[in-house]
Parts: sequence; C-alpha cells; structure tokens
Amino acid sequence: MDFNLSEERQMLKDTAGRFLREQYPIDKRHEFARGEDGFSRAMWAEFGDLGLIGALMPPEVGGYGGTGEDIALVFEELGRGLVVEPFLASGVLAASPLIDSGDAGTLAGVIAGTGALAFAHGEPEGRYGLSHVASRAEQGTDGWRLTGRKAMVLNGSAADCLIVSARLSGEVTDQGGLGLFRVDPAQSGVTRRSYAVIDGAAAAEITLDGATGIPIGTPGEAFPMIERAIGRGVLAVCAEALGAMEVAKDLTVEYLKTRVQFGQPIGANQVLQHRMVDLLIEIEQVRSCVMLAASTLDADRATRERHLSAAKHLVGRVGRQVAEEAIQMHGGIAMTWEATVPHYAKRIVMIDHLFGDTDYHLDRFIRFSREAS
Amino acid sequence: MDLGYTPEEQAFRDDVRGWLATNLSARLSTKVRRAQRLTKADYDEWHALLRMRGWMAWHWPVEHGGTGWTPVQKHIFEEEMVAAGAPRIIPFGVNMLGPVLLKFGTEAQKDRYLPRILSGEDWWAQGYSEPGAGSDLASLKTRAVRDGDHYIVNGQKTWTTLGHFANKFFCLVRTDPEAPKRQQGISFLLMDMDSPGIEIRPIYTLEGEHEINEVFLTDVRVPVENLVGPENDGWTVAKYLLTYERTGIAGVAYSKQALAGLKKVARDQREGGRPLDEDPHFAARMARLEIDLMAMEIFNLRVVAAAGAGSAPGVESSLLKIKGTQVRQEATDLLRRAVGPYAAPDLPEAFDEGWNGEAPGPDYALPLARSYFNMRKTSIYGGSNEIQRNIVAKHLLGF
Repeated sequence: MDFNLSEERQMLKDTAGRFLREQYPIDKRHEFARGEDGFSRAMWAEFGDLGLIGALMPPEVGGYGGTGEDIALVFEELGRGLVVEPFLASGVLAASPLIDSGDAGTLAGVIAGTGALAFAHGEPEGRYGLSHVASRAEQGTDGWRLTGRKAMVLNGSAADCLIVSARLSGEVTDQGGLGLFRVDPAQSGVTRRSYAVIDGAAAAEITLDGATGIPIGTPGEAFPMIERAIGRGVLAVCAEALGAMEVAKDLTVEYLKTRVQFGQPIGANQVLQHRMVDLLIEIEQVRSCVMLAASTLDADRATRERHLSAAKHLVGRVGRQVAEEAIQMHGGIAMTWEATVPHYAKRIVMIDHLFGDTDYHLDRFIRFSREAS
Repeated sequence: MDLGYTPEEQAFRDDVRGWLATNLSARLSTKVRRAQRLTKADYDEWHALLRMRGWMAWHWPVEHGGTGWTPVQKHIFEEEMVAAGAPRIIPFGVNMLGPVLLKFGTEAQKDRYLPRILSGEDWWAQGYSEPGAGSDLASLKTRAVRDGDHYIVNGQKTWTTLGHFANKFFCLVRTDPEAPKRQQGISFLLMDMDSPGIEIRPIYTLEGEHEINEVFLTDVRVPVENLVGPENDGWTVAKYLLTYERTGIAGVAYSKQALAGLKKVARDQREGGRPLDEDPHFAARMARLEIDLMAMEIFNLRVVAAAGAGSAPGVESSLLKIKGTQVRQEATDLLRRAVGPYAAPDLPEAFDEGWNGEAPGPDYALPLARSYFNMRKTSIYGGSNEIQRNIVAKHLLGF
C-alpha cells in the first residue's frame, strides 16, 4: 500500500500550487469571472503551457496523465485557487467522450489552452437524471439533425465546440437510444443564452433547432460514455471541493488565532476549538473518500460508480458543514464580498448542485451497493 | 390549556389581514415576493401607509402615538405582514431608538425626535459594532471628548444597515477610557448623518449587494444635548435597545412563509419522474423542518403569552434566537437544494423592479441561492448564536 504521489505527480502538484499562489490572487479571479467569457483566455493558455490541462488526458490523445489520480490532483489545486477557467467543462466533461473515441485532433487545442469545449447534456426538466434526454437526434440525407434544449451548460457560451447528447429512440429517461454529437455552436441552428453563476464562471441555456451534429461513437449507444464523462466530472468536483474546503479551514484557523475579542483570540474558546477539530475530521474523511474514488476510476462499473457516489454524497454533506462553519466562525466579515472565505463557501456549497446532490448520491450509492453484492 | 387564539385575537387577525389586502400595493408585495431591491421610496411609501392606520409605532404606548398592543397582537401583526408580502418595518427608529428615548430620553429629546420618527421625517441608522468590537461590543474604541457644549467624536462604526438611507445616526462612544470596567465609560449619542466629519462607505455583501455600510467619524462635533441617558452609562441604554432588537428574532413568520414556499417548489420540481416532495430523502428533510417549526411556533407563543402576563423574557429570547435562526436557515437550505442545477444561475438584474426578462429555470429559483447565503447573517447579527449560548450558559451554570 502506498498513499504517496509519484515524483512526477508531486512535481505537477507543486508547480500548480505555486503558480496559483503567485499568479492567481482572488481579486484577479473575480475579474476573470466577471469578464465576458466568465474566465480569462490568457490564463487558460497559461494553464495549457503549464501542462495542467494535458494532465487530465491520457497519452493516447496527446495528454500526460488522465488517470483518476491525475484528475484529483489537478482539481484539488484548482479548488485551492478557486479557479474559474473551464477545466471541468473542457478538460473533463466534454473531453471524456473525445478521449473514449480517441479524438486527439479536437483535444490538441484544449490541451494547449487555446480551445474550449462544453458538455451540453443536462436539460431543463432533467434535474440530475443521468439519462434524462428529451432532445432528439434524427438522421436525414444531409447527416444528423438535433433539436431540443440544454440547461446549465457550463462554459456553454464561450465554447467553440459543443458535445451534445440527444435521443434517437426510447422514452425520455431510457439509457438506450442515446447519442453524443459534436456540434459547431456558430451555426444558425444553435442559440446560446449566457449567464453568470453565483459561485463564479458562466453557464448557458442552449437551444438546438435542427442543428447539425457529427456523431461520436455509435449513435444510440452513448450512455456508457455519458456516465463516464459525468463520473470523471464527479471525481473532479469532489477533489475541487476538497481543495476549497482545505482553504476555508485554513482561513478559519488563521482567523481564530488572530481575531481578538474579550481580550483573547477567539480560538481560545473551547467550543470553537472543538468545532474546528470536527471540521478537520470531516475533511480527512472527504480526502480519504476522494482518494478511494480516484484510485478506482478505471475499475468495474459497480465499484467505480459506488465509490464516486460515496465521495459525492460525503462532499455534499461535509461541504455544507465546512462552508457554514467557516462563515459562522468568521462572523460578520464573512458576509462581505471583500473577504476571501465566502467565495470558497459559495463554491463548496454550489458543488452540491452539480451532477447530483448529497441525497441523490446516497440513493445511487445504495443502488450500486445492491448491484455489487 | 387552550393553544388557540381567543375570538378577540382572531378578530384582530382578520382586521390586519383585511387592511393589508386593501392597502398593500401589488407593486410592493410583488417586489418583496421576488426578493427585489427595495428603495428608500418603497420603504417611505409603506411606512406612510402604516402611519395613517396608526400601526407604524406598533411597539409604543398609546399616549405617544403607538398601538398599545399585547405581545400576542404584535405576534399576529408580524405574522400577517410577512404572509402578505409586506416590506419589513425598518426598526432602527421606531423599534429601537423610540423605546430607548421613551425610557431614557429627556423631555426635550422625546418632543423633538419621537414625532419625527413617527412622521418618517427622520431615518435612523445604528452605530454599535466596530471593526474590533463585534461580539465583544464593550471593547468599542470610538472616542468622544467633551469640548464645551460639544463632544468631539473620532472612530469607526460598521455593519450600519441601510445607513445610506439615513439622515440620523445613534452611536455608542467611549467617553471615559479610564473607567475601571469597560462597560462603564460608554455613552449613547445622537448625530446628524450630514455632520461634517461623517463619511459613509458601502460594504458589499457576499452576494454583491449594498445593504450595509461602514461609517467613519473624524472630529465630528455633537451637541451635548444629544446625549441619551447619563454620560458613561450608555451601556445600560445599549443593552435595553438590544432587548428590543431581539423580540421577534425567532422569525417564526418568515420560516412559516419559507416552508409554504418550499412545499410549492417541491411539488413543482421533479426528481426521478415524480414530484420532489415524494422523494423519500427530500420529504424527510421537509418533515423534520416542519416539526421543528411547529414546536418552535408554540415555544415562541409560550414566551409571547408569558410576556403578555407581565413576566419579562429572560434567557428564552436567546433560546428562541438560536432555534429560530437554525430553522430559518434550514428552510433556505432546502429551498436552494430543491431547485437542483437551477439554483446556480445568478442574474443581479432580476432583482430590480420591473425586470421582465426570462429566468434560465423557473422564476422562483432565481433568489434561492442568494437568500441561502444571505441568511447566514442571522446567526451572526444581533448577538451571534455563540454569544446567545454564553448568555444562557451563564444563567444556567453560573460560570
């Protein structure tokens, strides 16, 4: 048993950490988030140069990593930096089916940080349902045509290529009959409405009206690729939440040591000490569960999905506790935009709204546990 | 034992409800329901209507233009106001300073300020907390030095809610830094917001809104007749005011309204092909909240009824504040949770009056994440829940 990172991965982690500490202060982050794209294209390219995007992809498509461990390592650092560049949308979600289908051409631009993608899968009525796809795909004489509406598409507006799910056959929630398509968002059949999200960055509602799409893999059999993409996304945001929780915890510890009330640092109060220790325990639990999920990302389906759901459930449960306690222990100052900690708290809490919340994954954990036994 | 309202109280409720139905404009209640930004003009409009009905000074005795209501009537009034979507009554003048002046003010102060509070001519703001004096309010440093007929005030105040709407400012200052105990040597002063040397700066909240402010005081000259209560005895005044701030802080009415809203949202949202309120996890969360709220409503009424019978609320108000904020925060958590991915879109422009754009998801989803984060303040302000626990623990254990 070895819980240590390899030398190469440790170097990558150190490089990322140092870069973010030096080049990504929170005021710049806010500026990037409020920009037109919801992130900085220059910074995205720098991340590309640094190899941080390529670390999310395997060598077969031109990357330098791509394992669960790589994803977790990179995203923990991104969480620490509260990064708004589209690592999740481009480097994980949309990249996943392209990795599965060996599309190194499209991924080259992503790895370099010059291109950005989006994974247009969720739908207005779909909530967290993995196979909830009402959008239709029809094959005509001139190729595939897609019609429907996609919801809360992360980086949907700035992406230069969309990976879209659509249904060829079956009922709205069937796992069979799904297809994934590459869609050029510049065509007339695609309408995008962009908006900010409360924890930074940007998303979009996307309407497809007979848009042309190029299939990825075999049309009608895309569900495993979708599940895989979301699974990678779940691991990524769990690790991101872990990094963000570590920072929220560190900021709070620092505040407890320095904020003086009643003639002593507030951290001298035993009740706050104990609550802080409880956070520490829960964050260690999360770290452990994220490691487990990362190490089994390529295992059989039941093991993999069970571990991913365990991690996401725990991240949702602990995340709320960490975010709320960090704010409470900071007091009024944490209610201000100027403070750092509330922005971490917002990200941590809102991660529970991506790919299924803590209840959804508790349920899913139970289902996959039954399957595994 | 009879946990129901008396016929008189029921009639009172009908009266309040009827008046609200006729007088609260759809414009205002729509803004409140959509969690849109209320302007000073909105509050002034609402306060004026209440004043005409004689309900503005609802905590004051009749002889000063108040209602003389019993605690139960006040509770009913509050509940109906919230249920109707009325703007809140801004408390700093009418619910905080008013009662303070009635108890500690000179005749001249009462004559001058009470009518102006009632008429809406003066909008008061509060200057208690300082950057270094939050939970430990008695450590405040803003200094007032006597100079003939004036105090010269220097220092900084913070968390001044809606101070940018105010023309008046009540403020705790240190007049005797040598006093043997920190609570001694503090005085309570009234100021004009436009006095030379007062500068007010916005503090933006975590969701980017301007509601609170910091106030800088540099050589501000305040006439000595603006001292409320004896010099160096402002702590007594301050504490009296804080007990007023705490009545109704359980926020039962707000939590009941949030629960009603939650039930509608959970019926409308779908999870795995059925309404969210049929999802066992979510249904259990809602039920736990409802049970807590039911219990707290009775708890609150027990305290209200005891106050009506003449007993002063003691540690009960601290207990109610803690439980009240927990329940209200849980309600906002579930509301945010209920809308799934659509909790995330943030459209600041949607909170301006007259916005008629299209929400990415359901309209009701728009303010829910903001409201969840904003409501974190309730367990921090008005004496944090930690401070409330200290108060109760001291009473209980004597340490």
